[in-house]
Amino acid sequence: MYCLLKCAPLILAVAVCHGWLFGDFVGKQKELNEISLWPLPQKFQSSAVAFKLSPASFQIVHAKQSSAGPSCSILENAFRRYFEYVFGDLKKHEKSRKKVYDSDLVELQVWITSADPECNGYPSLQTDESYELSVDESSAVLKAANAWGALRGLETFSQLVYEDDYGANNINKTEISDFPRFAHRGILLDSSRHFLPLKVILANLEAMAMNKFNVFHWHIVDDQSFPYMSGTFPDLSQKGAYHPFTHVYTPSDVKMVIEFARMRGIRVIPEFDTPGHTRSWGNGIKDLLTPCYSGCSPSGTFGPVNPILNSSYDFMTEFFKEISTVFPDAYIHLGGDEVDFSCWKSNPDIQKFMVQQGFGTDYSKLESFYIQRLLDIVAATKKGYMVWQEVFDNGVKLKADTQIHVWKERPQYQDEMAKVTAAGFNALLSTPWYLNRISYGQDWVNVYKADPQNFTGTDAQKKLVIGGEACLWGEYVDATNLTPRLWPRASAVAERLWSDKSVTDVGNAYNRLAQHRCRMVKRGIPAEPLFVGHCRQEYMGL
Amino acid sequence: DPQYVNFDPHNQIQNLPIGVKTRGCDGYPDEDSDESYNLSVSEGQAVLRSVTVWGALRGLESFSQLVYQDDYGSYFINKTEIVDFPRFAFRGLLLDTSRHYLPLHAILKTLDAMAYSKFNVFHWHIVDDPSFPYQSRTFPDLSNKGAFHPFTHVYTQSDVMRVIEHARMRGIRVVPEFDSPGHTLSWGKGQPNLLTPCYKGDVPSGSFGPVDPTVDTTYKFMESLLKEVKFVFPDSYVHLGGDEVSFACWQSNPNVRTFMEKMGFGKDFTKLESFYMESIMNMTAALNRTSIVWQDVFDYRERIPQDTVLEIWKGETYQAELSRMTQAGHRVLLSAPWYINHISYGQDWRNSYAVQPQNFSGTEEQKKLVIGGEVAMWGEYVDATNLNPRLWPRACAAAERLWSDEEKTLDADLAFPRLEKFRCELLRRGIQAEPLFVGHCKHEYDGL
Repeated sequence: MYCLLKCAPLILAVAVCHGWLFGDFVGKQKELNEISLWPLPQKFQSSAVAFKLSPASFQIVHAKQSSAGPSCSILENAFRRYFEYVFGDLKKHEKSRKKVYDSDLVELQVWITSADPECNGYPSLQTDESYELSVDESSAVLKAANAWGALRGLETFSQLVYEDDYGANNINKTEISDFPRFAHRGILLDSSRHFLPLKVILANLEAMAMNKFNVFHWHIVDDQSFPYMSGTFPDLSQKGAYHPFTHVYTPSDVKMVIEFARMRGIRVIPEFDTPGHTRSWGNGIKDLLTPCYSGCSPSGTFGPVNPILNSSYDFMTEFFKEISTVFPDAYIHLGGDEVDFSCWKSNPDIQKFMVQQGFGTDYSKLESFYIQRLLDIVAATKKGYMVWQEVFDNGVKLKADTQIHVWKERPQYQDEMAKVTAAGFNALLSTPWYLNRISYGQDWVNVYKADPQNFTGTDAQKKLVIGGEACLWGEYVDATNLTPRLWPRASAVAERLWSDKSVTDVGNAYNRLAQHRCRMVKRGIPAEPLFVGHCRQEYMGL
Repeated sequence: DPQYVNFDPHNQIQNLPIGVKTRGCDGYPDEDSDESYNLSVSEGQAVLRSVTVWGALRGLESFSQLVYQDDYGSYFINKTEIVDFPRFAFRGLLLDTSRHYLPLHAILKTLDAMAYSKFNVFHWHIVDDPSFPYQSRTFPDLSNKGAFHPFTHVYTQSDVMRVIEHARMRGIRVVPEFDSPGHTLSWGKGQPNLLTPCYKGDVPSGSFGPVDPTVDTTYKFMESLLKEVKFVFPDSYVHLGGDEVSFACWQSNPNVRTFMEKMGFGKDFTKLESFYMESIMNMTAALNRTSIVWQDVFDYRERIPQDTVLEIWKGETYQAELSRMTQAGHRVLLSAPWYINHISYGQDWRNSYAVQPQNFSGTEEQKKLVIGGEVAMWGEYVDATNLNPRLWPRACAAAERLWSDEEKTLDADLAFPRLEKFRCELLRRGIQAEPLFVGHCKHEYDGL
């Protein structure tokens, strides 16, 4: 057995065994040199036989039989990125490419097996991210159906390399066969409550790739600010952003995020949340929002999108036409959460409309009326949509491929997941993963324990759970504290969504995650500590 | 639209002359330093007057906060009169470099930010159970064997000197804490026989407990260490810790039990702890240093030197503790409600702001014995990746509570816009202070 034995003065000693062992190596394994994979692969076998890698001679190459080659920029970028992760800042030496040791591993061959490696496309919910990694005497081979699977395999490969006592890079004989349990593994960032400079968004996409997250849910606008620069409606950001020049995302910023994400196999799903959460939209679009009334006259404040005006729907049609071309993913998140009815109730025109439509005093019917028309508008752009659970809870008519995003604490999310899947819809879980809710101590444990399929239902229902998202709402978060607040806590979600559901041992997870956290720090991500201890290389950024 | 002001020389402040009454640029600030200052800005002239250089530093900080820019980028300062002095003389901030090693630049950056908020004591909780990063000149094995890594995770003598001087330049005292007899696991790695071996029945179990108070070698060692501490750290105060001593290990050890009988302590281990702490405090006094100890030492027993400063850290009953300690005539520091390592969701700075350090039952004389307080950033979950946003601006709430007049600063809602602006200013000055709530700064943080 390949055994990990960790002893730290303040932490329980944990012994975990994976796979088979060749030879005695317990002595060689020291705390800081241990292999710690995160998230844990589905099938992993390793032995004590170690091979050395030298930056002077090691290469990552396309296998001869691979359908991908040098024209695949996703792989070319990844080869460079993972070489740097493994060897640090060491650039390739000009010295000889000859083996220095007999035990040298000279190359990792990347073999894309499908006819279409998908190098020029975008990942989707249906993407096959599986891979096989075999590390042996002469060479290592990474096999995947497409470039996306190869990216996952490259991350795992980089996690297998460790430094021995002499500082040399080693990797053990290994067989891995891996694939994600869930296809939708996302992170939500909120760039409206606080503007998030591009640098921090890109750094977090980088961190997401290290954790095999594959969806960036960009909650890009909300009440407080509208940083998205729209080509069709420039006033939206001109009048709605915190500052029209310094606190906006230009079209080229957005392109950069999308391409940076694509290079890492990450989908970018934008959320344009309506009819609530839209205060900043009203600055740039006259008459979009409902004027609230105080008695018989307007109070001067505004509420949700005005659902009784045709102009609202004309705007949404034009706006979402633009969005559907700017964002290539097959899905858009339309929000639909937390609609406050009090403004609608106060408005006499709306009151009249309610009577005309026969809605009585049930404003959720008005909300559904709006959502229905919005969904039809978006469906016409050929995009699928994701909505927060309220839309489902209120009985709106939804397309079969709608994804329902579960986030509320009441009713219990397990019951909601059961209801959503019983109705035949795909469900996405976020409730236990609101990482903006901080508390003192190791709260990653509860994050780790939550399971999206933990509800009473049939197998068919469980299959409708497509995954989940860790949410970092921005009320108290901006570039100064985002990264340490998100990582490594989001890593706990990453493993829950990728690894087998039987991977639940918290003690073992602690040891691996503590190492994985040091690895992220080494790679320049200021992931905060789990508990007392240290990393060989502490965070140098400040 | 901003009022356009003619740039008439009468309206420009050309310089800020600083008048300091007493000499003392080459010394260190201490518990009696006068930090008061007067700042006067009027047509064409400004002047800053203080009693000491330390007051001048405080005045300069205030001056820098008065300057603002208009939309065209011109710098302005309004006609102003300020008469200022701190309510409390001891306004501290604790960093823990044992639970996680903090690189030097993180400590220096913290000192910079402390100066912006007029904090004047850096309480350096430098060693503890998990690691001993202090490189001792007398006992090099303490860090060689006790640090997380003997080279990369230590503070050399020159690192320590750097911290002390960087602090002095900002009018900040550096008070080291060498906490004992508990919280000393890492000490035992480099100093064998220092810690009490725990027993399982008749045999040592292999684990160790607090410092062994029954043997001479312990006191010889502590005396040498304290002599070095006096040599290295110029402040007249030193923190001796004394908190959270677990008695289980002492109880299990037959030699300790024998010692207890010999000394007539019976089964009361608080007497043993007091015996130890009294010795250490006496050593400290003989070295002409004032001790600060955690409240446990007072709670357990009598006979502490009258000039010992007590620090309150236990949360539930700190007002009662304030009464008791000041009634016994001791000077007190309040830390309990300012453990800002305890994070929670939302604007918890308001809790820090609401603390009233002299709101306890006692006479005016007693209230005067509260010499100040400390914000604590314990290190279990903190290192260089998250230290700055966790410290700032939340620590600023306590900074104002410790400096300003309480009556004028009771309303957190009034403080909010000032603190919000100050937070943006901290960002501008390169301090990675996190947001208080939704909003933005002109210049956002452009790092990670």
